[in-house]
Amino acid sequence: MALLEIRDVVKTFGDFTAVNHVSLAVEAGEFFTLLGPSGCGKTTLLRMLAGFEQPDSGEILLDGKNMAGVPPEKRPVHTVFQSYALFPHMTVAQNIAFPLKMAGVASAEIPKRVDEVLEDVRLQQFARRYPHELSGGQRQRVAIARALVNRPRLLLLDEPLSALDAKLREQMQIELINLQKEVGITFVYVTHDQGEALALSHRIAVMSQGQVEQLDAPETIYSYPKSRFVADFIGQCNLLDATITEVQPGRMKVEIEGVGTAEALPVAGAQVGGKGTLTLRPEKIKLGATLPQGNADEVHFKGRVHDCLYLGDVTIYIVELDNGTLVETMLPNSGSGKAKFFDDNDLVELAWRFDAGHFVLA
Amino acid sequence: MKSKSLAKWLISGPPLLYLLLFFAIPSLIMAFAAFRFPGDYGGLMPLTTANPDTGATELLINFGNWRDFLTLENFQRFFDEPIYFELFVKSFWYAGLTTVICIVLAYPLAWLIARSPRKTRDLLVLLVILPFWSNFLIRVYAWMIILGPQSYFSRALNSVLAVFGVEPVSLLFSQFAVIVGLVYVHLPFMVLPLYANLEKHDMALLDAAQDLGANAWQRFWKVTWPLSLPGVWAGTALVFIPALGMFAIPDLLGGTNSMMIGNLIKQQYLDSRDWPFGSVLSIMLTFTVLLLAALAAWAGSRGKDKR
Ligand SMILES: Nc1ncnc2c1ncn2[C@@H]1O[C@H](COP(=O)(O)OP(=O)(O)O)[C@@H](O)[C@H]1O
Ligand SMILES: [Mg+2]
Repeated sequence: MALLEIRDVVKTFGDFTAVNHVSLAVEAGEFFTLLGPSGCGKTTLLRMLAGFEQPDSGEILLDGKNMAGVPPEKRPVHTVFQSYALFPHMTVAQNIAFPLKMAGVASAEIPKRVDEVLEDVRLQQFARRYPHELSGGQRQRVAIARALVNRPRLLLLDEPLSALDAKLREQMQIELINLQKEVGITFVYVTHDQGEALALSHRIAVMSQGQVEQLDAPETIYSYPKSRFVADFIGQCNLLDATITEVQPGRMKVEIEGVGTAEALPVAGAQVGGKGTLTLRPEKIKLGATLPQGNADEVHFKGRVHDCLYLGDVTIYIVELDNGTLVETMLPNSGSGKAKFFDDNDLVELAWRFDAGHFVLA
Repeated sequence: MKSKSLAKWLISGPPLLYLLLFFAIPSLIMAFAAFRFPGDYGGLMPLTTANPDTGATELLINFGNWRDFLTLENFQRFFDEPIYFELFVKSFWYAGLTTVICIVLAYPLAWLIARSPRKTRDLLVLLVILPFWSNFLIRVYAWMIILGPQSYFSRALNSVLAVFGVEPVSLLFSQFAVIVGLVYVHLPFMVLPLYANLEKHDMALLDAAQDLGANAWQRFWKVTWPLSLPGVWAGTALVFIPALGMFAIPDLLGGTNSMMIGNLIKQQYLDSRDWPFGSVLSIMLTFTVLLLAALAAWAGSRGKDKR
């Protein structure tokens, strides 16, 4: 049985539907992420898990128990708030002792438990400081320690790293992964940052306008997006409008509008005449002045370099196909000592393996 | 640099001068008066006289005879007669009770205002300060009518009491009336600083406390109350100290047994015209208040160290 089960949950504010028939299950010990653009209903869903909002319809089950009517203070669920919400009048140790006191843990045992969790987040020497005497990253760790200390069944994290700068965020991501492995508590993590979601999660639910668009492991989401929205939202992706012209076992042909025919992996429900989008990651496209022809597994096109973006480790080349469609490709700047292989207006050839392009039906 | 410090003095100079002229110097005159003898017809025994021939002012006091002009007798009297100490205790009790009642009444009101939508909030604050637009004495007279034996309020109360077989009570001219008056007059001074404090509270803290297992009672006592203490202290200072020195309300609403220090001081200055003893009472009052404030500050800083 799943630790957390969300069954067909709906939440509306006035006539606006913030969460629209969401169903999903989270297994014990999982690092589960809700990913989606701002305003797609992530926080609302999280607040329903914590008990601050009640679903209009549908059920939330924790350990098989229906949580309807259970107030937040009675749920074995703790939240790490985006603003941290540390108690400013309490020291770090007092903040962390708070949930233990509320749970009625014997006062003799509290200091030991606080020390343990302070060690987990490497803040032992800050126990007697007040929140305003800490850096952003340290406050973040206190908030996590406070939410973890009495071992909730579920830890909810609402964009916990969004207030930190990029460098610190990366470091905290690694710490979060390690911490979650160490304590073995189930994390439900909310973010609008796709990179963060890919790096941290066991599974990701991509949300859009209150609905779950796709629920899969990070690799699957990245390589096999189920919709144009997911492909576009996760990472960089070329989205080429196309129509299915031929379906065979193991292979199908699509006509990319105004460009030509390309082969692709067949998708469920594919029919001749079906319209959709061929999604193609820049790093899966080969680029060269001339590329060897005749490989039956490869799709081939010619184009002209439209723009170059030098990023240091890689250079991004935007290639214009014959009909004006722009395709993004990239080449690593490793090896040769060259910074750039092509310049604007150079004639180039593109190729990709037929199974690198993933077709999604409209 | 120079012009900056000049600007500083130009800005802070006038208020400093004002305080010096109308607060510091009078306080010093009063402190000095406490050590002098009363005059034959009240006031103070003069230290100077006009020379009958020249009309020039001459100092009577000098290093040889200062004992005839300065004395500790006034202080002696304060400490010798227990009635003055008892009056102090009673006044502190009245002021303390007033403060506590004001906190209890003002807190929910301030919370309600702080949590209202922006527009309603401004209106509610306006309503809290509205009573200041009518004269203090008029408002106290209104209470004399409300609490008087012929008022609807008194008559309704007494008829209810009669149902339970309780003798009719007289509300006016009692300690009860004094406390009612003191609370009524000082309530806004508690509401406003509390509101200013509560309005700044981060509601996410209450969510966090609830999320971490605190029920409503615990959320109040562990989060809201400790964070509101600066507001509570500010309100306490604004209520307790003026209430302690109040004389008009005991005069108008109180009976013979509800006199406060303020009444005694007023009596000494205006009725008995014993200025030296009036000064002693004033000084002792100021001194006790300062002592209490120092004690509170000390206790506060100690409490912080312990944490
Ligand atoms: N209490 C509320 N009242 C009205 N609308 C709300 C409320 N909470 C959230 N919303 C709306 O619901 C939508 C989803 O909000 P939220 O769950 O916070 O999104 P996210 O966390 O994904 O950015 C937003 O459009 C927001 O304006
Ligand atoms: Mg949000």
